[in-house]
Amino acid sequence: MRLRRTMMFVPGNNPGMMSDAFIYGPDSIMLDLEDSVTMAEKDAARLLVYNALKTIDYGNTEMVVRINPLNTPYGKKDIEAVVKAGVDVIRMPKTETAEEVREVEAEIEKVEKEIGCLGRTKIMAAIESTLGIVNAYEIAVASKRMMGIALGAEDYCANLKTQRTPEGTELLLARQTIVVAARAAGIDALDTVYSNLNDMETFRKEVELIKALGFDGKSIINPRQIEIVNEVFAPKQKDIEKALTILAAIKEAEKKGSGVIAVNGKMVDKPVVIRAQRTIELALASKVLTEEELNNE
Amino acid sequence: MELKTAMAGTMESGDILIQIAPTEGEGLNIELQSSVSYQFGNQIKKVITDTLKELGVTKAQVNATDKGALDCTIRARVTAAAVRATGKDVWKD
Repeated sequence: MRLRRTMMFVPGNNPGMMSDAFIYGPDSIMLDLEDSVTMAEKDAARLLVYNALKTIDYGNTEMVVRINPLNTPYGKKDIEAVVKAGVDVIRMPKTETAEEVREVEAEIEKVEKEIGCLGRTKIMAAIESTLGIVNAYEIAVASKRMMGIALGAEDYCANLKTQRTPEGTELLLARQTIVVAARAAGIDALDTVYSNLNDMETFRKEVELIKALGFDGKSIINPRQIEIVNEVFAPKQKDIEKALTILAAIKEAEKKGSGVIAVNGKMVDKPVVIRAQRTIELALASKVLTEEELNNE
Repeated sequence: MELKTAMAGTMESGDILIQIAPTEGEGLNIELQSSVSYQFGNQIKKVITDTLKELGVTKAQVNATDKGALDCTIRARVTAAAVRATGKDVWKD
């Protein structure tokens, strides 16, 4: 199971931040060639990202690059550079239709064929407009390379003619649409950034909300946000214990050949078992439970 | 190869500022300013030279102000400056 609790945004024209980012332990690092790079520096940032990906050992951190859209003079060159550098995931900004995904996929394939690594590069799409939300499921299933869809709230709110609030009421439909589309497509759902670094309390509430909605993780802009996201996403001890009890009871029932079972007086059926399995997977991946502890149960 | 004066990079920590300019002299003349030039000066100059030769730039004045850049950053900044100086990109159009 690959965790995608935190995807840290790093400007693609800042070598210091690019070489240090993985020290803080985000699950994914997203090097940005789009909004954080001025037009005059697009060429230099592309070369910096290319050389960093080729040289720096980021360990198990998933490496993502946000490219410029294909309808700009930069998009094709961005794809050529990052595919040649061996990036894990290309993040498409402002995705509105499945056709845009297929166009990016065709460009990726061209480069992969040239260098002999067909099918290596995954795609994720950031949805940042009302049209994108309406087309969320089609975008999510537009390519077998698609590993996730993400919400970009700032552009979405501007498009919706509203503003972001601490409660996030204006984002509720978009967030739920993204989670439902991602789950239906069998891919991950990632939430938007929260940019006020002086208000960690509201940030924590937002993380709790998006976890409850079903998101896999959140885009972040600063290493200080990582610990809070990981804390919120780590399964609690009582949930782990409950999941272990359920899985043990199921094992026992299977031995006896009985179908439906009860744990502590509550019926346990398939969805309950799936949730328990997910809790244990997440606990193992978040390292709040070890394989040894699991086997001793 | 015909060159015009061009720059790439910044003076921020972990970066390097590269300026490439035409020269009347022969070969590559590299002027390096770096707080670590005593330890790494030769290595930095080697990365600059190798990168420029790969790009076909064999005659130029290069001014480099290093702020503790990694080799991959030096390669990226030298390539960016050379692309700007020659007008010849390393990616397909």
